[in-house]
Amino acid sequence: MQRIPRWADVVLVPIISLLLAAICAAGVILAIGQDPIEALNTMVVGALGSAYGWGYTLYYATSFIFTGLAVTVAYHAGLFNIGGEGQAQIGGLGVALVLLFIPWPHWTVALLAATLGAAAFGAIWAAIPGYLQAKRGSHIVITTIMFNYIAYSLIVWMLVDVLRPAGQAEPATARFPATYGLPTLTDIPVLSSIFTDQVPANVSLFVALAACFAVWLLLFRTPLGYEIRAFGKSESAARYAGINPTKIIVVTMMISGALAGMMSINNVMGESGRLLQNASEGAGFIGIAVALMGRNHPFGVVLAALLFGFLYQGGAEVGLWTQIPIDLRVVLQGLVILFTGALDHMVRMLLGLFFRRRAA
Amino acid sequence: MTQTASPAIELRGISKAFGTVQANKDITITVPKGTIHGIIGENGAGKSTLMSILYGFYRADSGQILIGGRETAIPDSQSAIRAGIGMVFQHFKLVPNFTVLENVILGAEDGALLRPSLSKARKELARLSKEYGLDVNPDAVVEDLSVGHQQRVEILKALYRQAEILILDEPTGVLTPAEADHLFRILRGLREQGKTVILITHKLREIMAITDNVSVMRRGEIVGTVKTAETSPPQLAELMVGRKVLLRVEKTPARPREVVLEAKGLRLTRGGVELLKGVDLTIRRGEILGLAGVAGNGQSELLKVLGGIARAEGTITMNGRPFTDPREAGIAHVPEDRQHLGVIMDFTAWENMAFGYHRHFAKGALMDNKTLRDETAEAMKRFDVRPLLPDLVIKNFSGGNQQKIVVAREIERNPDLLLIGQPTRGVDIGAIEFIHKQIVALRDQGKAILLVSVELDEIMSLSDRIAVMCGGRIVGERDPATTNEKELGLLMAGVNDEAA
Repeated sequence: MQRIPRWADVVLVPIISLLLAAICAAGVILAIGQDPIEALNTMVVGALGSAYGWGYTLYYATSFIFTGLAVTVAYHAGLFNIGGEGQAQIGGLGVALVLLFIPWPHWTVALLAATLGAAAFGAIWAAIPGYLQAKRGSHIVITTIMFNYIAYSLIVWMLVDVLRPAGQAEPATARFPATYGLPTLTDIPVLSSIFTDQVPANVSLFVALAACFAVWLLLFRTPLGYEIRAFGKSESAARYAGINPTKIIVVTMMISGALAGMMSINNVMGESGRLLQNASEGAGFIGIAVALMGRNHPFGVVLAALLFGFLYQGGAEVGLWTQIPIDLRVVLQGLVILFTGALDHMVRMLLGLFFRRRAA
Repeated sequence: MTQTASPAIELRGISKAFGTVQANKDITITVPKGTIHGIIGENGAGKSTLMSILYGFYRADSGQILIGGRETAIPDSQSAIRAGIGMVFQHFKLVPNFTVLENVILGAEDGALLRPSLSKARKELARLSKEYGLDVNPDAVVEDLSVGHQQRVEILKALYRQAEILILDEPTGVLTPAEADHLFRILRGLREQGKTVILITHKLREIMAITDNVSVMRRGEIVGTVKTAETSPPQLAELMVGRKVLLRVEKTPARPREVVLEAKGLRLTRGGVELLKGVDLTIRRGEILGLAGVAGNGQSELLKVLGGIARAEGTITMNGRPFTDPREAGIAHVPEDRQHLGVIMDFTAWENMAFGYHRHFAKGALMDNKTLRDETAEAMKRFDVRPLLPDLVIKNFSGGNQQKIVVAREIERNPDLLLIGQPTRGVDIGAIEFIHKQIVALRDQGKAILLVSVELDEIMSLSDRIAVMCGGRIVGERDPATTNEKELGLLMAGVNDEAA
């Protein structure tokens, strides 16, 4: 394969991939007899054109940062964690239990407790496939997918038969005490001058950014991160270096599951204030695309999460204001994943040819 | 040179580039018919690329191939076979559960039915075996044959396809000295029958023993073609490396002191196969114990067990105490398989410098990467690693420089015992000299060294004591000063030494 300059690899490749995805999407919109320019306009204005739009974009991005980081950490150990969805839902259960059954004096303490609860539940949920992989050789891709379905069923049972308050028709928990409500961007002093309307984006965003930095430190600055990356590159070499494979697989999956679970402070604690069915709304899967697009680097994940937040919010706006069905956002996500993930070597090869010709 | 008949092979100006790497540059070689021609060069000198061009795996960017005086295009290996070229690869291409006969006709069947081909092949094989002294039972199943015999099947395969020119790529790497001698007899027989042989190797001894002419390659170019009778190993080595090289290891007699490592009754079974059948071993301070043996006789397993990668039954003590973490116990290990065990190929030089010792570089919760980088730069300078770039990813270093980084890493920890497997595999001659010096220097500091190598030369010249392994056992111990290759070769081949 041709080598291309690093800046082109980091900047040019994703941009070209996105443009290609956009062109294909325009084709799809044309094919259903709608106007792609209008759609793009609606998306951009709806997602980025106002503080209100940004409030939603950032809300979605917050969840995607957590799930993207979850996939990233596992990827570095050579593990493909597709179970972010289930881990996020079980994390939500952790949040609900911590907030419903233990009284907390203030939202800050409640947030800390809920974060730990979400992380612990997500970690345990991911530890089981990890242990099965390490000890029994059950492939993590298969088991984490299976654990997604188990998580759905478990949550439904908990909501219908265990946690649902008497007399409530909806399968959901009781509302968390109002004092635990997380401040949204509207409630934060300086930001309140920008975000004048009530938006769902809340302080979890800052927890997500902190998590990003923590994951970067973990992977690239700690001995454990060194072991995770070494194991991911070569299991046999890791053994030579005295690294315990079982420990690395289980610990990495627990960290990954904890991160996926932590997204629940954003949607369960922050936005809805109670645990609902299917609370994660597919964010666990989008995390895979986010990690892919973000090149499995914690900082890349932030940028990719913003992009997917934009697609999510913009897509919703398109569904609301145009004749184009909201399902278009699934198409868009699919195209972005196709071009940034699956076809990104194609773009790199073409760029390689371009740079070689220029050098010659 | 006077030539009447046209040469068997003539290469004119062959060039081949992979991206920006010029693998072959303007190669011109003439191989007269009925000679054995050696091609020698360090790893990465371009020998294999050149042979791949000749066998139709790669196409040259420019240049001509003349076979028997006629220009011949070789776009694929079928054309090479039609042109009378036969290739014996380093790693055999045989179907293990087929018989010799079935392997020989594989791909050269005459029709849809096997029986006529088989009976024709049986007759032909009998003739070839007799003519060239290639003694093989046509009905033996290949996986039951020794490596030396499997190689003969490969040669028979080529001859059955009417090869006039036989190319052998590093043919002795897997053979015992006796098997290698037998191979040389076969090759001489082929020459007498008018066949042409091209022998690719990095072993000077083989070139001197058997070839008529030798071409030396360095960095993709032919730097000289000489008559073997008119050259010497030092001259060839100098041509290969581009400077004077010390071929002998210079060392003083060993002064062994107290026992460092003691292993008793080591047994290891994997997949129902007993790889170690009760190995006892002691190594003392100030000595180099060489472990000789044909590849696959338990040396690798023994090294892995002592290095803590594999677990075996039996007891191992360091300085009289049992241990769980070999590194903590003072054992450093340069593994045989550098690229799959010794380093993480995608990590930088400095990251690899901590490999296995990364916990030592923790300062609080974080790793002290600055100290690590500085120490790496210093060690790279001391070990003459080129290029001197600690931030370069290790796969971009040559094999020799990778090995220097690994050796530096293991020696830096000041171990009591250094396990070192195939220290010079895939390492160029210049670096071999350097690594050998480091090993001897470590011994002179009073450290113990266990050396495992399939290169008998290396074992003979470095070791203070030689143990020979065969079939998962240590079958004998010799003093390098009083033993010889023949004696060791017999031990390696499993000839009992009770009588000796």
